Amino acid sequence: MIENLDTLIIFQIWMFPINATLFYTWIVMALLAGGSWLITRRLKTGLYVSRWQTALEMIVMGVRKQIYEVSNDNPAKYLPIIGTFFLFIGLSNLLTIIPIFKAPTSSLSTTAAFALCVFLAMPFYGIRNAGFIGYLKKYIDPTPIMLPMNILSDFSSMFSLAFRLYGNVLSGAIIGSVLITLAPFLLPLPMQILGLLTGTIQAYIFALLAIVYISAVSPETKYIDKFQNDKYIN
Amino acid sequence: MDAITLIGAMSALAAGLCIAIGGLGSGIGEGNAAAAALQAMAQQPDEAPTITRTLFVAMAMIESTAIYSFVITVLLLYFNPFWNYAIEVAGK
Repeated sequence: MIENLDTLIIFQIWMFPINATLFYTWIVMALLAGGSWLITRRLKTGLYVSRWQTALEMIVMGVRKQIYEVSNDNPAKYLPIIGTFFLFIGLSNLLTIIPIFKAPTSSLSTTAAFALCVFLAMPFYGIRNAGFIGYLKKYIDPTPIMLPMNILSDFSSMFSLAFRLYGNVLSGAIIGSVLITLAPFLLPLPMQILGLLTGTIQAYIFALLAIVYISAVSPETKYIDKFQNDKYIN
Repeated sequence: MDAITLIGAMSALAAGLCIAIGGLGSGIGEGNAAAAALQAMAQQPDEAPTITRTLFVAMAMIESTAIYSFVITVLLLYFNPFWNYAIEVAGK
Protein backbone atom coordinates (compact mmCIF):
# COMPACT_ATOMS: atom_id res chain seq x y z
CA MET A 1 0.00 0.00 0.00
CA ILE A 2 2.86 2.36 0.70
CA GLU A 3 4.87 2.68 -2.47
CA ASN A 4 8.47 3.49 -1.81
CA LEU A 5 9.22 5.96 -4.57
CA ASP A 6 12.94 5.78 -3.83
CA THR A 7 13.26 2.13 -4.81
CA LEU A 8 10.96 2.35 -7.83
CA ILE A 9 13.33 2.59 -10.78
CA ILE A 10 11.84 4.30 -13.83
CA PHE A 11 14.77 4.07 -16.26
CA GLN A 12 18.54 4.15 -16.34
CA ILE A 13 20.96 6.68 -17.78
CA TRP A 14 24.12 4.71 -18.50
CA MET A 15 24.56 3.04 -15.14
CA PHE A 16 22.77 5.59 -12.96
CA PRO A 17 19.31 4.33 -12.03
CA ILE A 18 16.72 7.12 -12.00
CA ASN A 19 14.14 6.44 -9.33
CA ALA A 20 10.55 7.70 -9.25
CA THR A 21 11.26 10.51 -6.78
CA LEU A 22 13.91 11.99 -9.02
CA PHE A 23 11.85 11.48 -12.18
CA TYR A 24 8.72 13.23 -10.88
CA THR A 25 10.82 15.97 -9.29
CA TRP A 26 12.31 16.65 -12.72
CA ILE A 27 8.83 16.79 -14.25
CA VAL A 28 7.70 19.41 -11.73
CA MET A 29 10.96 21.32 -12.20
CA ALA A 30 10.52 21.28 -15.98
CA LEU A 31 6.92 22.49 -15.70
CA LEU A 32 7.87 25.34 -13.36
CA ALA A 33 10.97 26.45 -15.22
CA GLY A 34 9.49 26.01 -18.69
CA GLY A 35 6.25 27.75 -17.77
CA SER A 36 8.05 30.68 -16.18
CA TRP A 37 10.36 30.96 -19.19
CA LEU A 38 7.45 30.97 -21.62
CA ILE A 39 5.57 33.62 -19.65
CA THR A 40 8.49 35.94 -18.91
CA ARG A 41 9.75 35.84 -22.50
CA ARG A 42 7.51 38.72 -23.52
CA LEU A 43 6.99 40.88 -20.45
CA LYS A 44 5.09 44.07 -21.04
CA THR A 45 4.36 47.20 -19.06
CA GLY A 46 1.33 49.35 -19.51
CA LEU A 47 -2.37 48.82 -19.37
CA TYR A 48 -2.70 45.68 -21.44
CA VAL A 49 -0.63 42.73 -20.27
CA SER A 50 -1.21 39.07 -20.98
CA ARG A 51 -3.30 36.92 -18.65
CA TRP A 52 -0.37 34.70 -17.79
CA GLN A 53 1.76 37.66 -16.82
CA THR A 54 -1.00 38.89 -14.53
CA ALA A 55 -1.24 35.47 -12.90
CA LEU A 56 2.51 35.31 -12.35
CA GLU A 57 2.58 38.85 -10.97
CA MET A 58 -0.22 37.96 -8.56
CA ILE A 59 1.70 34.95 -7.24
CA VAL A 60 4.94 36.88 -6.79
CA MET A 61 3.17 39.85 -5.17
CA GLY A 62 1.27 37.53 -2.84
CA VAL A 63 4.42 35.73 -1.73
CA ARG A 64 6.24 39.04 -1.24
CA LYS A 65 3.39 40.41 0.86
CA GLN A 66 3.25 37.32 3.07
CA ILE A 67 7.02 37.32 3.56
CA TYR A 68 6.97 41.01 4.43
CA GLU A 69 4.15 40.62 6.93
CA VAL A 70 5.87 37.76 8.74
CA SER A 71 9.48 38.92 8.67
CA ASN A 72 9.04 42.76 8.68
CA ASP A 73 12.02 42.88 6.36
CA ASN A 74 12.86 43.36 2.73
CA PRO A 75 11.07 40.44 1.02
CA ALA A 76 13.46 40.40 -1.94
CA LYS A 77 16.03 38.81 0.38
CA TYR A 78 13.88 35.77 1.14
CA LEU A 79 11.80 35.58 -2.04
CA PRO A 80 13.95 33.09 -4.00
CA ILE A 81 13.99 30.31 -1.40
CA ILE A 82 10.48 30.79 0.04
CA GLY A 83 8.83 31.28 -3.35
CA THR A 84 10.53 28.17 -4.69
CA PHE A 85 9.33 26.10 -1.74
CA PHE A 86 5.76 27.34 -2.14
CA LEU A 87 5.57 26.87 -5.92
CA PHE A 88 7.29 23.50 -5.98
CA ILE A 89 5.32 21.93 -3.13
CA GLY A 90 2.07 23.49 -4.31
CA LEU A 91 2.45 22.31 -7.89
CA SER A 92 3.57 18.80 -6.97
CA ASN A 93 0.66 18.45 -4.52
CA LEU A 94 -1.84 19.74 -7.07
CA LEU A 95 -0.57 17.42 -9.80
CA THR A 96 -1.59 14.37 -7.73
CA ILE A 97 -5.03 14.50 -9.40
CA ILE A 98 -3.33 13.23 -12.55
CA PRO A 99 -3.65 9.46 -12.00
CA ILE A 100 -0.19 8.32 -13.09
CA PHE A 101 1.59 11.15 -11.32
CA LYS A 102 3.12 10.42 -7.93
CA ALA A 103 3.86 13.52 -5.92
CA PRO A 104 7.58 13.77 -5.12
CA THR A 105 6.56 15.28 -1.77
CA SER A 106 5.17 11.88 -0.71
CA SER A 107 8.76 10.63 -0.50
CA LEU A 108 10.65 11.23 2.71
CA SER A 109 13.90 11.98 0.89
CA THR A 110 12.38 15.02 -0.87
CA THR A 111 10.90 16.51 2.27
CA ALA A 112 14.06 15.77 4.25
CA ALA A 113 16.06 17.60 1.58
CA PHE A 114 13.70 20.60 1.87
CA ALA A 115 14.08 20.61 5.65
CA LEU A 116 17.86 20.42 5.23
CA CYS A 117 17.71 23.47 2.94
CA VAL A 118 15.80 25.39 5.63
CA PHE A 119 18.26 24.14 8.24
CA LEU A 120 21.19 25.53 6.22
CA ALA A 121 19.34 28.74 5.34
CA MET A 122 18.76 29.54 9.02
CA PRO A 123 22.42 30.32 9.90
CA PHE A 124 22.99 31.82 6.43
CA TYR A 125 20.28 34.45 6.74
CA GLY A 126 20.84 34.81 10.48
CA ILE A 127 24.51 35.69 10.04
CA ARG A 128 23.67 37.90 7.08
CA ASN A 129 21.08 39.77 9.15
CA ALA A 130 22.74 40.14 12.53
CA GLY A 131 26.38 39.09 12.14
CA PHE A 132 28.05 36.01 13.56
CA ILE A 133 27.87 37.08 17.21
CA GLY A 134 24.34 38.33 16.81
CA TYR A 135 23.33 34.99 15.35
CA LEU A 136 24.93 33.00 18.18
CA LYS A 137 23.07 35.16 20.68
CA LYS A 138 19.90 33.42 19.53
CA TYR A 139 21.01 30.29 21.36
CA ILE A 140 21.36 31.94 24.76
CA ASP A 141 18.28 34.03 24.21
CA PRO A 142 16.50 34.27 27.57
CA THR A 143 19.31 32.79 29.69
CA PRO A 144 22.34 30.61 28.95
CA ILE A 145 20.57 27.78 30.80
CA MET A 146 18.33 27.39 27.76
CA LEU A 147 21.28 26.62 25.47
CA PRO A 148 20.68 22.86 25.10
CA MET A 149 16.95 23.45 24.63
CA ASN A 150 17.53 26.01 21.89
CA ILE A 151 19.90 23.71 20.02
CA LEU A 152 17.48 20.81 20.40
CA SER A 153 14.54 22.89 19.18
CA ASP A 154 16.41 23.66 15.95
CA PHE A 155 16.72 19.97 15.18
CA SER A 156 13.22 19.00 16.29
CA SER A 157 11.65 21.79 14.25
CA MET A 158 13.45 20.61 11.13
CA PHE A 159 12.39 17.04 11.91
CA SER A 160 8.75 18.04 12.22
CA LEU A 161 8.98 20.21 9.09
CA ALA A 162 10.05 17.20 7.05
CA PHE A 163 7.61 14.74 8.61
CA ARG A 164 4.62 17.09 8.49
CA LEU A 165 4.74 17.45 4.72
CA TYR A 166 5.58 13.78 4.20
CA GLY A 167 2.86 12.57 6.57
CA ASN A 168 0.15 14.79 5.15
CA VAL A 169 0.78 13.98 1.49
CA LEU A 170 1.34 10.28 2.21
CA SER A 171 -1.79 9.95 4.38
CA GLY A 172 -3.82 11.43 1.54
CA ALA A 173 -2.40 8.80 -0.82
CA ILE A 174 -3.05 5.99 1.69
CA ILE A 175 -6.66 7.08 2.30
CA GLY A 176 -7.20 7.20 -1.47
CA SER A 177 -5.83 3.69 -2.00
CA VAL A 178 -7.80 2.26 0.96
CA LEU A 179 -11.07 3.76 -0.26
CA ILE A 180 -10.50 2.66 -3.83
CA THR A 181 -10.47 -0.96 -2.64
CA LEU A 182 -13.68 -0.42 -0.63
CA ALA A 183 -15.80 1.49 -3.14
CA PRO A 184 -14.12 2.36 -6.43
CA PHE A 185 -14.83 5.57 -8.37
CA LEU A 186 -17.32 7.13 -5.98
CA LEU A 187 -15.83 7.24 -2.50
CA PRO A 188 -12.25 8.33 -3.33
CA LEU A 189 -13.48 11.39 -5.24
CA PRO A 190 -14.34 13.65 -2.27
CA MET A 191 -11.09 12.64 -0.58
CA GLN A 192 -9.18 13.61 -3.72
CA ILE A 193 -10.86 17.03 -3.73
CA LEU A 194 -10.00 17.37 -0.04
CA GLY A 195 -6.46 16.37 -0.98
CA LEU A 196 -6.21 19.36 -3.32
CA LEU A 197 -7.19 21.67 -0.46
CA THR A 198 -4.83 20.14 2.08
CA GLY A 199 -2.04 20.03 -0.51
CA THR A 200 -2.30 23.77 -1.10
CA ILE A 201 -2.53 24.46 2.63
CA GLN A 202 0.53 22.28 3.27
CA ALA A 203 2.52 24.23 0.68
CA TYR A 204 1.43 27.48 2.37
CA ILE A 205 2.27 26.14 5.83
CA PHE A 206 5.69 24.88 4.74
CA ALA A 207 6.59 28.24 3.19
CA LEU A 208 5.21 30.10 6.21
CA LEU A 209 7.12 27.99 8.75
CA ALA A 210 10.28 28.27 6.64
CA ILE A 211 10.08 32.06 6.66
CA VAL A 212 9.32 32.06 10.40
CA TYR A 213 12.40 29.92 11.10
CA ILE A 214 14.67 31.70 8.63
CA SER A 215 13.80 35.24 9.69
CA ALA A 216 13.93 34.39 13.40
CA VAL A 217 17.16 36.37 13.71
CA SER A 218 16.19 39.70 12.22
CA PRO A 219 18.35 42.79 11.74
CA GLU A 220 18.23 45.34 14.52
CA THR A 221 15.82 48.08 13.53
CA LYS A 222 15.67 51.22 15.58
CA TYR A 223 12.45 52.34 14.00
CA ILE A 224 10.16 51.18 11.26
CA ASP A 225 9.81 53.61 8.40
CA LYS A 226 6.26 53.16 7.14
CA PHE A 227 6.93 54.51 3.67
CA GLN A 228 10.13 52.55 3.34
CA ASN A 229 8.22 49.37 4.13
CA ASP A 230 5.33 50.17 1.82
CA LYS A 231 7.88 50.35 -0.95
CA TYR A 232 8.71 46.68 -0.43
CA ILE A 233 5.27 45.26 -1.10
CA ASN A 234 4.08 47.62 -3.84
CA MET B 1 1.65 -18.27 21.72
CA ASP B 2 5.07 -18.00 20.14
CA ALA B 3 7.14 -14.87 19.87
CA ILE B 4 6.23 -13.93 16.30
CA THR B 5 2.47 -14.08 16.94
CA LEU B 6 2.90 -12.03 20.11
CA ILE B 7 5.00 -9.41 18.31
CA GLY B 8 2.51 -9.17 15.45
CA ALA B 9 -0.51 -8.83 17.72
CA MET B 10 1.15 -6.34 20.04
CA SER B 11 2.42 -4.26 17.10
CA ALA B 12 -1.07 -3.99 15.63
CA LEU B 13 -2.53 -3.06 19.01
CA ALA B 14 0.25 -0.53 19.66
CA ALA B 15 -0.16 1.02 16.22
CA GLY B 16 -3.89 1.50 16.75
CA LEU B 17 -3.45 2.94 20.23
CA CYS B 18 -0.61 5.19 19.05
CA ILE B 19 -2.58 6.96 16.32
CA ALA B 20 -5.74 7.01 18.46
CA ILE B 21 -4.21 8.69 21.50
CA GLY B 22 -1.90 10.91 19.47
CA GLY B 23 -4.72 12.05 17.21
CA LEU B 24 -7.03 12.61 20.19
CA GLY B 25 -4.71 15.04 21.95
CA SER B 26 -3.82 16.88 18.80
CA GLY B 27 -7.48 17.09 17.76
CA ILE B 28 -8.53 18.63 21.07
CA GLY B 29 -5.65 21.11 20.87
CA GLU B 30 -6.45 22.15 17.31
CA GLY B 31 -10.12 22.52 18.20
CA ASN B 32 -9.25 24.86 21.05
CA ALA B 33 -6.96 26.89 18.80
CA ALA B 34 -9.59 27.18 16.06
CA ALA B 35 -12.29 28.16 18.56
CA ALA B 36 -10.11 30.88 20.04
CA ALA B 37 -9.18 32.17 16.59
CA LEU B 38 -12.81 32.27 15.44
CA GLN B 39 -13.76 34.18 18.58
CA ALA B 40 -10.94 36.65 17.98
CA MET B 41 -11.98 37.08 14.34
CA ALA B 42 -15.61 37.68 15.36
CA GLN B 43 -14.48 40.39 17.75
CA GLN B 44 -11.98 42.02 15.41
CA PRO B 45 -12.78 41.24 11.76
CA ASP B 46 -10.15 43.74 10.58
CA GLU B 47 -7.38 41.62 12.05
CA ALA B 48 -8.59 38.47 10.26
CA PRO B 49 -5.54 38.04 7.92
CA THR B 50 -3.06 38.27 10.80
CA ILE B 51 -5.11 35.94 12.99
CA THR B 52 -5.49 33.42 10.16
CA ARG B 53 -1.77 33.37 9.48
CA THR B 54 -0.91 32.96 13.16
CA LEU B 55 -3.57 30.25 13.38
CA PHE B 56 -1.94 28.32 10.54
CA VAL B 57 1.46 28.44 12.21
CA ALA B 58 -0.04 27.42 15.56
CA MET B 59 -2.03 24.60 13.93
CA ALA B 60 1.11 23.30 12.26
CA MET B 61 2.94 23.31 15.60
CA ILE B 62 0.09 21.54 17.39
CA GLU B 63 -0.29 19.07 14.55
CA SER B 64 3.32 17.92 14.77
CA THR B 65 2.57 15.65 17.75
CA ALA B 66 -0.07 13.89 15.66
CA ILE B 67 2.43 13.63 12.81
CA TYR B 68 4.93 11.99 15.16
CA SER B 69 2.36 9.37 16.19
CA PHE B 70 1.44 8.84 12.53
CA VAL B 71 5.08 8.18 11.72
CA ILE B 72 5.37 5.68 14.58
CA THR B 73 2.18 3.98 13.40
CA VAL B 74 3.43 3.67 9.84
CA LEU B 75 6.72 2.36 11.19
CA LEU B 76 4.95 -0.27 13.28
CA LEU B 77 2.60 -1.36 10.49
CA TYR B 78 4.86 -1.42 7.46
CA PHE B 79 8.51 -1.31 8.54
CA ASN B 80 8.24 -3.06 11.90
CA PRO B 81 11.80 -3.50 13.26
CA PHE B 82 10.76 -6.02 15.98
CA TRP B 83 8.93 -8.16 13.47
CA ASN B 84 11.86 -8.13 11.07
CA TYR B 85 14.20 -9.06 13.92
CA ALA B 86 11.97 -11.97 15.00
CA ILE B 87 11.73 -13.24 11.41
CA GLU B 88 15.50 -13.00 11.09
CA VAL B 89 16.06 -14.94 14.34
CA ALA B 90 13.48 -17.56 13.39
CA GLY B 91 15.08 -17.99 9.98
CA LYS B 92 18.43 -19.01 11.47
